[in-house]
Amino acid sequence: MSRYILGRIASTGLVLVGVSALTFFIAHVVPGDPVLVALGEHAREEQIQAYRRAYGLDRPVVVQYVIYMGRLLRGDLGVSIRTRRPVAVDLRQFLPATVELGTAAWLVAMMLGIPAGILSAIFKDRAFDHLSRIAALIGASMPVFWLGLLLLGNFYFRLHWFPGPGRLDITIDAPPARTGLLLVDALLSADPIAWGNALRHLILPGLTLGLFSTAVVARMTRSAMLEVLYQDYIRTARAKGLSAWRVHLWHALRNAMIPTLTIIGISFGNLLSGAVLTETVFAWPGLGRYATTSAVSLDFPAVVGVTLVAAVIYTLVNLIVDLIYARLDPRVRYD
Amino acid sequence: MTDRPRIARRRSAATLRWLRRSPLVTAGGLVILLYMLAAITAPLLAPHPPLAQLLERRLEPPQPGYPLGLDQLGRDILSRVLFGARLSLLIGLVVVTVAGLLGTTVGVVAGFAGGRIDNVLMRITDVFFAFPSLILAMAIAAALGPSLINTMVAIAVVTWPVYARLSRAQTLVLRRQEFIEAARALGASDARVIARHILPNALSPLIVQASFNMGEAILIAAGLSFIGFGAQPPTPEWGVMISEGRDYITTQWWVPTFPGLAILLAVTGFNLVGDGLRDLLDPRLRRAG
Repeated sequence: MSRYILGRIASTGLVLVGVSALTFFIAHVVPGDPVLVALGEHAREEQIQAYRRAYGLDRPVVVQYVIYMGRLLRGDLGVSIRTRRPVAVDLRQFLPATVELGTAAWLVAMMLGIPAGILSAIFKDRAFDHLSRIAALIGASMPVFWLGLLLLGNFYFRLHWFPGPGRLDITIDAPPARTGLLLVDALLSADPIAWGNALRHLILPGLTLGLFSTAVVARMTRSAMLEVLYQDYIRTARAKGLSAWRVHLWHALRNAMIPTLTIIGISFGNLLSGAVLTETVFAWPGLGRYATTSAVSLDFPAVVGVTLVAAVIYTLVNLIVDLIYARLDPRVRYD
Repeated sequence: MTDRPRIARRRSAATLRWLRRSPLVTAGGLVILLYMLAAITAPLLAPHPPLAQLLERRLEPPQPGYPLGLDQLGRDILSRVLFGARLSLLIGLVVVTVAGLLGTTVGVVAGFAGGRIDNVLMRITDVFFAFPSLILAMAIAAALGPSLINTMVAIAVVTWPVYARLSRAQTLVLRRQEFIEAARALGASDARVIARHILPNALSPLIVQASFNMGEAILIAAGLSFIGFGAQPPTPEWGVMISEGRDYITTQWWVPTFPGLAILLAVTGFNLVGDGLRDLLDPRLRRAG
């Protein structure tokens, strides 16, 4: 058990070193001149020289990488060209909005995807199964940004069922920022109006971002359930005369959830990718929108900062999922 | 020699039976075929040049002569969607070819060589898996500068690792099979064993992945152009068209709706074929699913 955990943590550490090397490569080696990229094309000669010295760009690439790593370990991601603030500060400001949106999307995926997958497996090859599989296929093939536009256009502009872009109506005062998560902050300051408004703002982007993961989770749950339903112990449970619901929900689902757990980790990467597009459509002030606005204005430190942080979060989530998996399924540990 | 036509006939009969068993593959295949035809014959099929502007008729709804309406610059949306199929399929094909070749090479070498080489190559693969694909593609596209070619490079860079993992797993299984040992005993070189015995037998999961990868490449490319990378206006590319038409979603819905439908249908086609092929090739799924 402990050997598996240690090995898994060690390989995660190795991956993170690789992640830093790859982002360094993208930021410092791929562009023709990183100084021009960092300072913009209108930089003066003295500025360029000073920047080169400050960032050690006159040194060999390997030395540069060591310097870069040293900065990273101290949490220094450089200074954003666009906002002129440390990238780490920017990221801390924009992260909560993405966490909130991602959690909403994740809840959508779990609450719709798991039941759909279970029912699909139980009613295999019946009408519900066909409908749910078609829906999952379309969900997995849908361009996220287009779906977001359709939802925004119809349910905000046309029908006014939901509020428009952003996290709060302009007329509503934001609760004092403590966590940056509006729902939590509103709760902490006992502000039901802001809470309700923030929740309503979360629904359309949450659905948009959650649809792809819903499709993936539904498919995974269905095939995991089917796999389990053919096992001997299920037949035994049925033979003992247990009710169909008890067999399905107690015996089958418990075991089918284990492979489904993995997909939750993997689909987290899709959530982060999808957040870039969803936040752009819904003017959602999170990491994704920060990344696109930075990328369009060639603000390299910012883009690389987001890329790095996204990879670190994704890697750690997968580590946690794997450790839970090992805890739930003893076969993994002894492999 | 005289048996050749008969074998061919038997093979095509088997293919037909196989297709009948999987309506999914057939439906998806038809969709893909339509898109390919549209892409190849776009200059003949398109009723108008994709860049021609009729400013005085801008934003007119679908009508005879302009079945999908006109966009914000008075360009024919149908013609632009048709020409968009060319770009998207081209991006998909280039990405699948580059990512497939690169990933398969890495995977087969890793699986075949084993030991330290395997370890190093797979750790590198892990690093690429650690990034959310669109975010890494965006960073690369930003570093290289926005252009169509750079989009393809960026998408290939983020999608090759899947091929590497798949082909490595296949190679590891095949390497221990008796027919590989037999080929070796007959004096076949490593290169020959890989090219003649391992690759052909490792191909099926890679083909399934290629189909999914086509859909994925089309989605990422459209997403990149939507946020300002990849194809640039006035290129008739689906993501660009949606981005340019986003303000008209309620008033002139046809402007952003049809390019989006084009993406959805194309990606659905490739995913259908991928799903169907996977079900057909996986004996476990055939029983359970």
